[in-house]
Amino acid sequence: MSAAALELQGVQKRFGATEIVQGVDLRVEKGERHALIGPNGAGKSVLFHLISARYPVSAGTIMLHGEPITGLKPHEINRRGLARSFQVTNLFHRMSVFENVRCAALWSLGYGYAFWRRVDRLADANARAAQIVERVGLASRSNVSAGILSYAEQRALEIGVAIAGGADVILLDEPTAGMSRTETEAAVDLIRRVTEGRTLLIVEHDMSVVFGLADRISVLVYGRVVATGTPEEIRGNARVREAYLGADAHA
Amino acid sequence: MSPASRGRLLVWGGYAAVLLAAPLLFRSGFALSLLCQMGIVVIFALSYNMQLGQTGLLSFGHAVYYGLGALFTIHALNLVQAGWKIPVTLLPLVGGLAGLVFGVILGYVTTRRAGTTFAMISLGVGEMVAACSLMFPAFFGGEAGVSGNRQSGGPMLGVSYGPQIQVYYLIAAWLIICTAGIFALTRTPLGRMANAVRDNPERAQFVGYDPRRVRFFMVTLSGFFAGVAGGLAAINYEIVTAETLSASTSGLVLLATYLGGIGFFAGPIAGAIVVTLIQMGLSSLTHAWPFYFGALFVATVLFVPGGLASLAVLHVRLWHAKLLARALGVYARMAVPALAVLGIVVFMVELAYKGAEDPPIPLTLMGVDIDSGSAGNWIASLVVLVAAMAAVRWAWRRVAPRWGEIEAALAGNRA
Repeated sequence: MSAAALELQGVQKRFGATEIVQGVDLRVEKGERHALIGPNGAGKSVLFHLISARYPVSAGTIMLHGEPITGLKPHEINRRGLARSFQVTNLFHRMSVFENVRCAALWSLGYGYAFWRRVDRLADANARAAQIVERVGLASRSNVSAGILSYAEQRALEIGVAIAGGADVILLDEPTAGMSRTETEAAVDLIRRVTEGRTLLIVEHDMSVVFGLADRISVLVYGRVVATGTPEEIRGNARVREAYLGADAHA
Repeated sequence: MSPASRGRLLVWGGYAAVLLAAPLLFRSGFALSLLCQMGIVVIFALSYNMQLGQTGLLSFGHAVYYGLGALFTIHALNLVQAGWKIPVTLLPLVGGLAGLVFGVILGYVTTRRAGTTFAMISLGVGEMVAACSLMFPAFFGGEAGVSGNRQSGGPMLGVSYGPQIQVYYLIAAWLIICTAGIFALTRTPLGRMANAVRDNPERAQFVGYDPRRVRFFMVTLSGFFAGVAGGLAAINYEIVTAETLSASTSGLVLLATYLGGIGFFAGPIAGAIVVTLIQMGLSSLTHAWPFYFGALFVATVLFVPGGLASLAVLHVRLWHAKLLARALGVYARMAVPALAVLGIVVFMVELAYKGAEDPPIPLTLMGVDIDSGSAGNWIASLVVLVAAMAAVRWAWRRVAPRWGEIEAALAGNRA
């Protein structure tokens, strides 16, 4: 079996005596769109923070493309090709839309901490930033500060910043939270387009988004994965319905 | 030539022209030393804003780099005296390299954390280095400081650095180089990532950057420019004392930078000019100048947190939106009560300072001697102060809606 894009083995997280994540095993195959669902407080966001090293794991191993990344720092994990967005918008708020995206692209293009090159002359970084701003539908807002964008625009930029570095594994944390129906549809369409050819792990509450987007779904309840399967399998899984989906499954 | 590059040429050309022409317009010896001091403080403040405005690092110990730059330069000057062949023109580079090296050493310690932790560590490191001046008097010069002679190198192409005007042009040349360098840095990957780390260090990590490393590079480079400023100070004054690297110098550069406006590249330039004017100009008029300086700073933080530069930008925008005339109308209505408050405050401060002289001397105002020891004078002043403040309040209530309309119109114009 070839290495999974992302693999979690027995990952645990304790805050004091409280065990939030109780030994999660999860395998996200290369190129698949994998959704992580579960009731509030199941530990979905915490699991994202563990994968991206915002929090250290208490036990277990996380592998990216077959190599362990446990214990690495967030920027080191990012450099190995994993990028993420945040549930609560987390941007460079005083910088323009374009600047946000360009900053997110700089490292992957090899510019590092260069203080002897002019950013305006970095053709590849500027082209990449312009292209991504265009793709996330913010071309007309390119020079506006991120802090004064509308909520939906900030969510779109959040995705733009996450994909700008060209990472092949993308983690999106509730990208459509708080959006209207129309905005959600546009966001799903956007996510589908920008994650083409990449691996996606997404936390989402909106079941129409999950079932419309995901190739496979994992259900997290009380810090454990209780089921993993295709949308049909999850829909038909009695345990999942009992534990979590309830009437929503028919929606 | 594109309009953008023409604009850029205009700004930089104007900057150089002002620096060239300034000593021709202000010819007195006092004005010349004022200009020299200004140039030095401008470089120092610009270097400080690389940390505060661009990277979001509030430092209470920036004088360390300035002071060490000055010390190494003055020792280098003494080596020139001893026969070393280094052109004095390039000596500020010695200061810059000293700032850079200490930026590497101290920056490694201070930039491990941002925010309050960074501020505290920078204060502590500053105190440690200042304490060293008593521990190693041979290098730091002890109480008397280290002195040198800027003419040590002898004349080179007719430049001996004897006349102050030659020192002025040395400072002006380094000022242009440093301004251009610091500005260019804001347009590099490191400069942009410094902004990103300032806005959101966590997200910077998730796009592949180590915020600590970004802070470290910025502090180190800012140390270089602070060191150049210190080197110029050493050449200008021909003496470096312990005060150069003390907390009060660190405080001064913080005040100058903030007063000018940390959110704008030119902010620290304006702040440095104003602070130098207050420090050297106002101090020759009144002993109370630190009080006024403090009051100005408090007023800036409270009412104009964006500093002088933001005030200028606001008025340019008002002008473009054709709202300037209305704004001036508001100012005119506020002017009389506001000046009354200012006048009575200045009166009371001056009265207090005169009373504190030993023996107390009366305050002479339009030929009338006013006794600072008389309770009646103080009570009368207080009454006038309260009345003037009430007048400000009353006037503001009347113009506030009008000001609100102007602000709303400006905001509407922008969107």
